[in-house]
Amino acid sequence: MTSLVPAAVARLPWLTIFLVIAIGMFGALVLYSVGGGSLSPWAGSHVVRFFLFLGMAIVISYISPKRIKPLVFPAYGGVIILLILVQVLGFIGGGARSWLNLGFMTLQPSELMKPVIVLVLARFYDLLPAGQIRTWSAIWPAGALIGVPFLMIAAQPDLGTASLVLFSGITVMFLAGLPLRLFLGGLGAVALVVPLAYNFLLLPHQQRRLTIFLDPELDPLGAGYHISQSQIAIGSGGIFGKGFLNGTQSHLKYLPEVHTDFIFSAMVEEWGLVGGLFLILCFTLLLRWGMRVSLATKPRFDRLVAAGLTTTIFFYVAINLMMVMGLAPVVGIPLPLFSHGGSAMLTVMICLGILMSIDRNNRMKRRGLA
Amino acid sequence: MRRRGKPLITENSQGFTFTRRAMVLGGLQLGVSALLAGRVSWLAIAENDRYKLLSEENRFQMVLVPPRRGWIVDRYGKPIAVNRSDYRVDLIPDQIQDADHVIRELTQILQLPPDEVARIREDLDEAAGYQPVPVAENLPFERYAAVTVRQPDLPGVAPLRGFSRFYPDGAAVGHLIGYVGTANKEEYEAADKDPLLITPGFKIGKEGLEETMEKRLRGTPGAKRLEVTARGKLVRELSSLPDKSGGSLHLTIDAGLQAYAARRLGNESGSCIVLDCHTGEILCMASMPSYDPNAFSDGISHDEWNMLSADERHPLINKSLNALYPPGSTFKPMVAMALQRAGVDPEETVHCPGGYRLGNRFFRCLGTHGRVNMHRAIAKSCNTYFYAMGNRVGIDVIAEMGRALSFGQKFDLPVVSQSYGTMPDTAWKQRRYKQDWTASDTLNASIGQGYVIVNPLQLAIMSGRIASGRNIQPRLLKGNYAPAEPLPFPPEYFEAVRGGMWEVVNGDGTAGRSRLPFPDIQMGGKTGTAQVRRIAGSQRGQSGDWKYRDHGLFVCFAPTVNPRFACSVVIEHGMGGSRAAAPVAKDVLTYLFDKAKAMEALTALEEGWGGNIEERMARQTRAWLAAKGKAPAEDIA
Repeated sequence: MTSLVPAAVARLPWLTIFLVIAIGMFGALVLYSVGGGSLSPWAGSHVVRFFLFLGMAIVISYISPKRIKPLVFPAYGGVIILLILVQVLGFIGGGARSWLNLGFMTLQPSELMKPVIVLVLARFYDLLPAGQIRTWSAIWPAGALIGVPFLMIAAQPDLGTASLVLFSGITVMFLAGLPLRLFLGGLGAVALVVPLAYNFLLLPHQQRRLTIFLDPELDPLGAGYHISQSQIAIGSGGIFGKGFLNGTQSHLKYLPEVHTDFIFSAMVEEWGLVGGLFLILCFTLLLRWGMRVSLATKPRFDRLVAAGLTTTIFFYVAINLMMVMGLAPVVGIPLPLFSHGGSAMLTVMICLGILMSIDRNNRMKRRGLA
Repeated sequence: MRRRGKPLITENSQGFTFTRRAMVLGGLQLGVSALLAGRVSWLAIAENDRYKLLSEENRFQMVLVPPRRGWIVDRYGKPIAVNRSDYRVDLIPDQIQDADHVIRELTQILQLPPDEVARIREDLDEAAGYQPVPVAENLPFERYAAVTVRQPDLPGVAPLRGFSRFYPDGAAVGHLIGYVGTANKEEYEAADKDPLLITPGFKIGKEGLEETMEKRLRGTPGAKRLEVTARGKLVRELSSLPDKSGGSLHLTIDAGLQAYAARRLGNESGSCIVLDCHTGEILCMASMPSYDPNAFSDGISHDEWNMLSADERHPLINKSLNALYPPGSTFKPMVAMALQRAGVDPEETVHCPGGYRLGNRFFRCLGTHGRVNMHRAIAKSCNTYFYAMGNRVGIDVIAEMGRALSFGQKFDLPVVSQSYGTMPDTAWKQRRYKQDWTASDTLNASIGQGYVIVNPLQLAIMSGRIASGRNIQPRLLKGNYAPAEPLPFPPEYFEAVRGGMWEVVNGDGTAGRSRLPFPDIQMGGKTGTAQVRRIAGSQRGQSGDWKYRDHGLFVCFAPTVNPRFACSVVIEHGMGGSRAAAPVAKDVLTYLFDKAKAMEALTALEEGWGGNIEERMARQTRAWLAAKGKAPAEDIA
């Protein structure tokens, strides 16, 4: 490496960083448009935050996975304490609360739990002797590690985030090599329980949410309104969209939560199918990079973390996009990096930072071997 | 080996498991990405047309622009019903989220009086969801602007610049013209849910000519294409198709005369009709007391409505068309025509000893007139003459003439309803009561009592047909009509009757005090006093309770040489034709020849009554409210 650029800079995973910047800045453009062609209230703070967190991710990437390892359990404990803290504050403040005000942004501790659950489970299976992976002692501690934050977050109540934590945890358990029949059996049980739960456990308004998800046009002005309007925005964009700043669904406020949950719809309305496929491609490439990092890694902790965090990002993106296109119920999950919202961006940037750290470690090892 | 006992798991095999499972996971992610790409393509390509349409439907709203209603003008083009530019506020029940909040806010901003608030609440309860409920009309701009500013916080409130109907003559034209109002649920459904009917600010005719001539007056709505936000806020107007105003309606009415007649009726309950006796054009058709159509068109409050319905003088009934009275002696000119038709010589005399004996019953006359011929019988209103002659010719001859001169007839007029009364004959009695007609029935009918009932318009037509000898039909709308045919009776018949009617006013007759105040213009007429109930003892309907007093009637025409105008006046419970009705006819006809002179007489009278119609109605409302223990509504200045 004898270029003009310092070796440390040149060794950054530039392709990935460009990909992330492309997603973030595309998001900024859309936020500029839905903000009425203005940097405020969303686009400006989005850009500032984005580069702040990207810098933070790059800093994280210089921390070697070995040094992250011992921090994992304390971090888990810390987030649990934060979760208790918001509950207590919410109790004092008289009402449900899930965030802490940090001044420049509000932080949802439940968001932090998403990467932390992956880290803590990876660490647990890293510590577990290989021979015990198919025994009971491989299951119950992991179940407890997932169960405690899941219940706390679900009680906030934030079923969307709680489910993401659950899914991320189960993903790590799956990757760690727990018997396959556990997962297949679990899937079967869910398939059996869901109809029963629908009939006997869910309250009428929750049932309604589900039936309307299945057919949003049942109630186009009520609960199905969000899904209907979102699909109208996407569908009316056509191939090339209505043009920058020309979205009617978003600008005339037919589209709800246009800067967070439904930003993808607002984007496709203006940029068309072309914009939509471009963004999906960017996310797919990012995920592919993450999975490749995990496959190229040897240490058990590192590879579990890499695949787990990548899948966490995947869940984020997939659930949001499925929701806005009418393939999943409305659960209130933003599109990370792209939509306005500090907590989700922070979470994903932490994930990316750790992924880059693992990636750097890999390449350094390879160079060491060579 | 895995099947038996515990499988052997090493770090190595765990590595393979991880790789395999990570690749499955990666493949799954890729699969979901492909699914998402497929879904977005499906929505944007295959369903593009449908969603494009839906997004346009979201974005644009077609708004109907209510057409301006046609004017109603009198025979000289003077406006009777016009449109005034108006700032108004409506409520759209469908869009209201918190009715109490909205009404509270509006009450404060618009300073609505309590009875209006009550009316709005009631209307809101009864209204179908889409039907606008008027809150306030004719608002000053500042208040209208105050509502407009608050509109985004008050869903369901629709401030609007529109037009409201205005009737310059107010109550004087109430029954004749009717009023307009917001369409109700039945009307909306009857019109196949025409969206125009529920457009805020749009009103349809509810009574009188406003109702019957709706088609002509309504016009064609325009349309506006508006771009609106999800909350209904207007972004911009894209295109608009202008509305087409309704056609104006040219009436035969003389607005000045109509107003004069209404005012001249004063505090009495009655009707005054004047028509052109050659063409049948109705110059005025006043019925009092009346309601103010301006108040009705704004949406009337419960209190106002109760007051009008409870009034024993029936301000809600058009007495010119829908009230029936025994004509009394005003019937006699027609009977005189029938007598001649049956061969009675007008010069033949009858001796009047103060009554007429039929079998063992004695039918009284109002006086003892001695020997009377037809001329004198009309002038003195001698019952004996008509008893005797009527009995001689029989009812069927009289009924035939009565029908020829308008009684029992319904006219082709653009009115909501006409009560046409009864011109009885033998067949009628057989049909109605399954009884034979008797001679005493004929006697009663000969003096316009008994089974005979007529409406005031028929009296005016009879008078006009006698005056001109033509078969005139009443007209309300200006137009080209074929001239009226002469009636198939010799001119001498008419001369004889008109001569008697001249004598009534200008000679030794019953209405000598009501001569026209002109040296060269005279009128001929006939008084009538109709019993409301059978004479009980000595009481002759000349005193006692207002509602049991006799009706006063008068029919007339003027001038006596070459008649132009015919007129009928009915004063309910006025106790006598010469006393109550003839003076009204005299002043109203005077107005046609000399307005200043007529106004002078009216001004003096109104001073005695305590103001013009508007002032008296306002006072009456306040008194009524006070009697009901309700705080008087805002002072009607």
